[in-house]
Amino acid sequence: MNTLTRASLAEAIYSQVGLSRNESAALLEAVLEHMAAALEAGEAVKISAFGTFMVRQKGQRVGRNPKTGVEVPILPRKVLSFRPSQVLKARINGQPLPSGTEDA
Amino acid sequence: MTKSELIAHLAAENPHLRQPDIELIVATIFDEITTALARGDRVELRGFGAFSAKKRDARTGRNPRTGAAVPVAGKAVPYFKPGKELRERVNGGEPQAAARAKVEA
Repeated sequence: MNTLTRASLAEAIYSQVGLSRNESAALLEAVLEHMAAALEAGEAVKISAFGTFMVRQKGQRVGRNPKTGVEVPILPRKVLSFRPSQVLKARINGQPLPSGTEDA
Repeated sequence: MTKSELIAHLAAENPHLRQPDIELIVATIFDEITTALARGDRVELRGFGAFSAKKRDARTGRNPRTGAAVPVAGKAVPYFKPGKELRERVNGGEPQAAARAKVEA
């Protein structure tokens, strides 16, 4: 299994769009930064045919240090969750794209 | 924020680029991630997060209406694990330990 990084995505932009390598990398960064800023503001990010990133509020609960068994409160917090779209799920399994289903 | 709003932001910041090029850039990023996952690869974007496909084994399911056993084929499910930096930004910019220390202080 290979791991792709920013470099692979920037290279794809470079070869698909024909921008310079530098500018390709900068635009990739701008995309990620816009997404991160929206999520930081608590806003969901919906990318059609890919999925939705959203922020969920979690309440306080009691956790336990697994090593010492000491109870510690887990504070209320916000967590990020990703819901893949039907299209992404189908493409990952090499299936034909679902027709007439949601496109989020 | 939707994909088209994202494209509009990028277009406003990059007046030297044509709108179709910006659309292609955004499409290329998500296509490239999708293709990598379909190949069984992972995509790791430091500070943002990592995309991977988790394998689910084949199992025997049941038709909830009739109770009949139905074979369910194995499949891969896309998964996103947020990176440390993004996790902290979403949660108000603090790691849990720091937030707890503040409460206890």
